[in-house]
Amino acid sequence: MIYAIAIFAPLVGALIAGLFGRAIGDKAAQAVTIICMIAAAACGSLTFYQYVFQHAPMDVIPLGTWFDVGQMHLDWSLRLDTLSVVMVAMVTFISTLIHIYSVGYMHHDPSNPRFFAYLSLFSFMMLMLVTADNLVQLFFGWEGVGLMSYLLIGFWYDRQSACRAAMKAFIVNRIGDLAFVLGIALVFWTFGSVEFPDIFANVAKHQHELYGLFGTHLNVLETIGVLLFIGAMGKSAQLGLHVWLPDAMEGPTPVSALIHAATMVTAGVFLMARMSPILEYAPDALGFITIVGATTALFAATIGCVQNDIKRVIAYSTCSQLGYMFIAAGVGAYQASIFHLFTHAFFKALLFLGAGSVIHAMSDEQDIRRMGGIWKKIPITYTVFWIGSLALAGIIPFAGYYSKDAILEAAWAAGGFTGFYGFICGTVAAFLTAFYSWRLIIVTFHGKPRADHHTMEHVHESPWVMTGPLVVLAIGATVTGFLFHTLFIGAQWRDFWRASIFIGADNDVLENMEKLPGFVGLLPSLMGVLGIALAYVMYVARPGLPALLATRFRPIYLLWLNKWYFDEAYGVLFLRPYQALARILWQTGDVRMIDGIPNGLASLTVEGSSEVVKIQTGSLAVYAFSMLIGVVLLISLFLVLR
Amino acid sequence: MVVSLAHYLTVAAILLVIGIFGIFLNRKNVIIILMSIELILLAVNINLVAFSASMNDLAGQVMTMFVLTVAAAEAAIGLAIVVVYYRNRGSIQVEDVNLMKG
Repeated sequence: MIYAIAIFAPLVGALIAGLFGRAIGDKAAQAVTIICMIAAAACGSLTFYQYVFQHAPMDVIPLGTWFDVGQMHLDWSLRLDTLSVVMVAMVTFISTLIHIYSVGYMHHDPSNPRFFAYLSLFSFMMLMLVTADNLVQLFFGWEGVGLMSYLLIGFWYDRQSACRAAMKAFIVNRIGDLAFVLGIALVFWTFGSVEFPDIFANVAKHQHELYGLFGTHLNVLETIGVLLFIGAMGKSAQLGLHVWLPDAMEGPTPVSALIHAATMVTAGVFLMARMSPILEYAPDALGFITIVGATTALFAATIGCVQNDIKRVIAYSTCSQLGYMFIAAGVGAYQASIFHLFTHAFFKALLFLGAGSVIHAMSDEQDIRRMGGIWKKIPITYTVFWIGSLALAGIIPFAGYYSKDAILEAAWAAGGFTGFYGFICGTVAAFLTAFYSWRLIIVTFHGKPRADHHTMEHVHESPWVMTGPLVVLAIGATVTGFLFHTLFIGAQWRDFWRASIFIGADNDVLENMEKLPGFVGLLPSLMGVLGIALAYVMYVARPGLPALLATRFRPIYLLWLNKWYFDEAYGVLFLRPYQALARILWQTGDVRMIDGIPNGLASLTVEGSSEVVKIQTGSLAVYAFSMLIGVVLLISLFLVLR
Repeated sequence: MVVSLAHYLTVAAILLVIGIFGIFLNRKNVIIILMSIELILLAVNINLVAFSASMNDLAGQVMTMFVLTVAAAEAAIGLAIVVVYYRNRGSIQVEDVNLMKG
């Protein structure tokens, strides 16, 4: 019951604010959604407490039948296991803070009820996703968050760039979703059901089953794993399908914090953990996951180093951190990936909201080259930004240290080519992460003010509705790693996760993590400190160095600055041919053929009748004569045929 | 010379043809068209009466009475239309009656 309240309270808030927002006004809409979110967060945390500390049993709460067609039987239900409970508690908590923050951030905006309704509805969809007990309900939540993401990126729909970004996010996600749907179909084909209990109980039976497609014979579990992962790549912005995430920063900053950092983009990682019983039998798919994740982690970090938009830097950082989570999932340490997901939600939401606070203070300026010298004026924002960055860089004892450390240890412990590759990429990315985080801090807050005089006069600390959530998140970013690492990945992890994550018989990554050489554990912090030192050297001690490096290594600089030319490459490879095809279809297919048929019929009628109408001469004599001819013809016909 | 059925029919046919030619050779006056229609109807009447007499069946003559009545009504209506038309257009020349064309 409590669990159901946690899931449905946001829906209630969204419906009230969305349907009656105009009637009840901005303040009431904000209040309703926030109260509902607080109720949800309280219930979510209570469930977490009961489940984890009082050892409440795993449960599935049925809500009713969705559809029942042939062999396909689907129920609406809420799954209550460790994975769901962790996600529910985290999502409701972060979402509540972001609702409160938005009161301050959006107070100039004329369409507040719409914004809050979207935020709450997003939270509901995310909760549906994480509590689903079958793949189709999960897909419902998956598409629901995708839709809300689209609506919120395009929230300021009068900006063309926002509309374009929203479309881009939606379309890129469709590509991943196509693979996801195929994966679900293949699951149904293989297992005859999409309900998790039915699937998970029967995975071992189908271990060596093959799936023939176009003359090839693929292992069916590997295929499912890869297809579902491609779906996750779209949602979680992994290499290749990541292009939408940086553009998604067109949305309001609280949206970036909630959807494009803390919750929605981690849905792919959640899916991997949820599907662990299948993935454990699909080693090749896992290898693929690690490689893509590791490459993304490194690749996004390189871009983050040279971007100049405060939100884009953090967006690429998110992309990179998601890569870490996939490294962990790929080497079989799903617990570590969920742990990183959990801590990342705190510090990345913190960083985004902090960035929002900076943008708010700088009169909507987002380019860090036009900031600087503001740290004394916004001390709270500055402090929490430091905490967020320390956590992100993985410095002891902040949250990110525990989770990032666990991931790198897991990659090392897993060994093999993919594990080693993950470890190397992760370590280098950790260095770059610390570098770009401190580059961001130094350029944004320190140095001489580079904004104009007018803006600098207006720099002010945000109101308490914005700093309050920041402080709470800062506490979270500081302590969650220390508090929860024993639960999530400590020695007793089996008690904590119970059956929610399946670990294969020969998967002993988590045990091996304990027996690693000491330097592996210290590596993330060491890399973090090195990265910070480099940032200090480049932006404080020798301020001429970045420009020198940029000219000396111009090709690399340009490559990174232009995001490895992914958008351009996609433009040439896919967009232009597609647009050309679309233009052909439009101009010949649509205009000439589809429009041509009704238009042609209409003009045929008009022109034909304008000819036929000439028979009506208006002359009585002609009428009479033709009548006579007609009578003569009829009579002769009658006589002849008689 | 005995006046036989064929004679009656010949007269009727002549009347019919005169009526028909009166309709569409006439380019002048609408009233002449009305008169031509009367001629055609008379031709039909003569046919009916002639057949009735030769076949000893009164039904034909009864029918003739009906046709005469209808012809009278038709003439009345036709003349009324012509009068109204003259009031509206100021002419009843056949070539002026040409508003109904495409």
